[in-house]
Amino acid sequence: MKRIFAGFASVLALTAAAPILAKDLAVAPGPGAQERLQEALILAQPGDVVMLGEGRFDLTDGLSLDVAGVTVKGAGPDKSVLSFKGQLAAGEGLLVTSDNVVLRDFAVEDSRGDAIKSKGADNIVYHNIRVEWTGGPKETNGAYGIYPVESENVLIDSVLVIGASDAGIYVGQSRNIIVRDSIARFNVAGIEIENSFNADVHDNVATNNTGGILVFDLPNLPQQGGHNVRVFDNVVVENDTPNFAPKGNIVASVPAGTGVMVMANRDIEIFDNVFDGNGSSNIMIIGYRQKFDDAKYQPMVRNVRISDNAHGKTGFAPQFAGGEMLAAAFGGSVPPIIWDGVGGAEAKVYSSDDVPVLNLGMTKSDQPIETAQPALAKLAGDAAPTLPKIVMPDAMEAAIR
Amino acid sequence: MKRWQGLAGVVAAALLVSALPAPAVINDSAITEAALPRKLSEFGFFAGPGATDPAPALVAYSLRTPLFSDYAEKQRFVYVPQGARVAADAEGRLTFPVGSALIKTFGYGSGAAFRPIETRVLLRRANGWEALPYVWNADLSDADLKVAGTRLPVTVTRPDGQRSEISYAVPNKNQCKECHSSAGAVVPIGPIAANMDIAPAKAAAFRKRIDWAAAPIAANGPIWNDASTGSLDQRARAYLMVNCAHCHNPTGSASNSGLFLNYGAAADRTATGLYKRPVAAGRGSGGREFAIAPGQPDQSIMIHRMGSTEPGVAMPEVGRSMVHEEGVALIREWISSLRSE
Repeated sequence: MKRIFAGFASVLALTAAAPILAKDLAVAPGPGAQERLQEALILAQPGDVVMLGEGRFDLTDGLSLDVAGVTVKGAGPDKSVLSFKGQLAAGEGLLVTSDNVVLRDFAVEDSRGDAIKSKGADNIVYHNIRVEWTGGPKETNGAYGIYPVESENVLIDSVLVIGASDAGIYVGQSRNIIVRDSIARFNVAGIEIENSFNADVHDNVATNNTGGILVFDLPNLPQQGGHNVRVFDNVVVENDTPNFAPKGNIVASVPAGTGVMVMANRDIEIFDNVFDGNGSSNIMIIGYRQKFDDAKYQPMVRNVRISDNAHGKTGFAPQFAGGEMLAAAFGGSVPPIIWDGVGGAEAKVYSSDDVPVLNLGMTKSDQPIETAQPALAKLAGDAAPTLPKIVMPDAMEAAIR
Repeated sequence: MKRWQGLAGVVAAALLVSALPAPAVINDSAITEAALPRKLSEFGFFAGPGATDPAPALVAYSLRTPLFSDYAEKQRFVYVPQGARVAADAEGRLTFPVGSALIKTFGYGSGAAFRPIETRVLLRRANGWEALPYVWNADLSDADLKVAGTRLPVTVTRPDGQRSEISYAVPNKNQCKECHSSAGAVVPIGPIAANMDIAPAKAAAFRKRIDWAAAPIAANGPIWNDASTGSLDQRARAYLMVNCAHCHNPTGSASNSGLFLNYGAAADRTATGLYKRPVAAGRGSGGREFAIAPGQPDQSIMIHRMGSTEPGVAMPEVGRSMVHEEGVALIREWISSLRSE
């Protein structure tokens, strides 16, 4: 690799003002992979492709990319593997902090913290990537698999994430987001959209997680007020892994066997999904239940439209406080849709799905469950989806076509 | 004055061995031009060997409360081109003109026994600051640019005399920026007037080159481990400001965490960490519920993460492989002193 970079500094000096031809920077696994790959990620110029060779890169530190317009491309998610098993430092495996980056066709394994984080990285594409903690679901696994945050235009397409101790695919404090054609297994949360605006989550498979798909909003963060999220055409089945999130994290409160959970968001649409085998419930709509000190924060859910979902067996093993009692009271299983009831009719939570709905009859989001007034309910109102489709800039779609 | 003994020793040692080569002459174009110089010697900062015999135009300074870096000794210099002036905002944060450089050498051993490992430079170029790490060669004749960073085995003697073998991490260029980042741009962290002790011989002249936005600010900020320089609260906040706030501020690398430890955020209790729940901490939470549980350091995520060396848990995320026991003790004492609700 030294050869490739010899004299690069002088090339850089000559051409700083004019765009140069995009080139491929090939990096092979083997001795010195850490420094060789990191050097390529630093010296890459906009338009360049950092090509990961076939094999296993044994890395000792986090990697990072801070050059805009760079593609990192491997030979395939089972062929080019970035292994962080021997990682000595850094909060993530790969960190991206520049715009217009494409990550594709490689795997990240066993990072000690998050696997791939992109922060303030607009127009980012994740395509055909595998993230895995190879020891199975464990509390000592890293928190997030694929972790874009504070970004505009996020496209996550055809990724596979296994074993994250928080969320497999987590999009936080971002705007304009698509998560599609991806698989999340054996994570605490399969896919989570948090404190974000305008997201389409569709054609994914979320299975064997603690909870399949979460749409959350938390207080005391720079971006909050999550809204306009569509969850559709997903297969959300058998999310049955006991919650293994470290205590203190919000997902530690997600009951095992949750299909979709919406918390403290507004304008959410859940339609055309297939649900089956989720032991607690298929769809839970709840407010933020913890104490908070934030005058700008809205803890309750508003404007939810649920339609045309297929509901298989559910609610047979509820893993939340009072769950067994509720199941007993409603014929042996908890109804497939649960709403905390906060806000009443003004919350505009509507469902046209042909299944029972349990309204917990709460008046405040943080009300103790023992004081709830649960009853079967109709969530009558226009449940048809109305939100516009999320569209990415053309160049992002073109990058993976 | 104790802090200056080490440096004086280095200078004395340099005079003994050298007296021969001409003093270093700074190459201004290496600072300002777009290339990435491959050798530290190209800048002309030091006549050597190592980081000894600094060019006369360099101004040595130390920080009253410094960032912990595995108990490394740091020698800091600032260079401002002849005739150019420095601006200080109302808080005393210094802004340097194009052509300036901040030069920080990390090593172990004090006085004449100081052996440099690496020298990091921040170069003020026309389009902003460039951060570059240089690693010293074995005979200390020069230091090589290591944009990708590296790891070196180092034996560290702690203040209590205990010795540890560590894998010392020289940060890569991106990691330099991770800490030195504000709203996506590279910025210096250290030069805040109240926290900067400029070498006595040059302090008066250097301060005359500063244009103050408000009244001049004296170098009288708290020294984290000297109770005569500030209250426990002042010293703890100074420590967190220097060790955490470069990322944990609203425009820093940890902006998404909502945990802000910069002075400007001190009035917001939740942002400062009091009863603040984690957002993306993962196993960094250590099973604790709050960043700071007032009165309960053992229930505070901050103590858990400062006291860990595990990637994914340890804070700061880069720049240390050891626990700063004395720093943790300070923050522990401070959290204990906070009244619970």
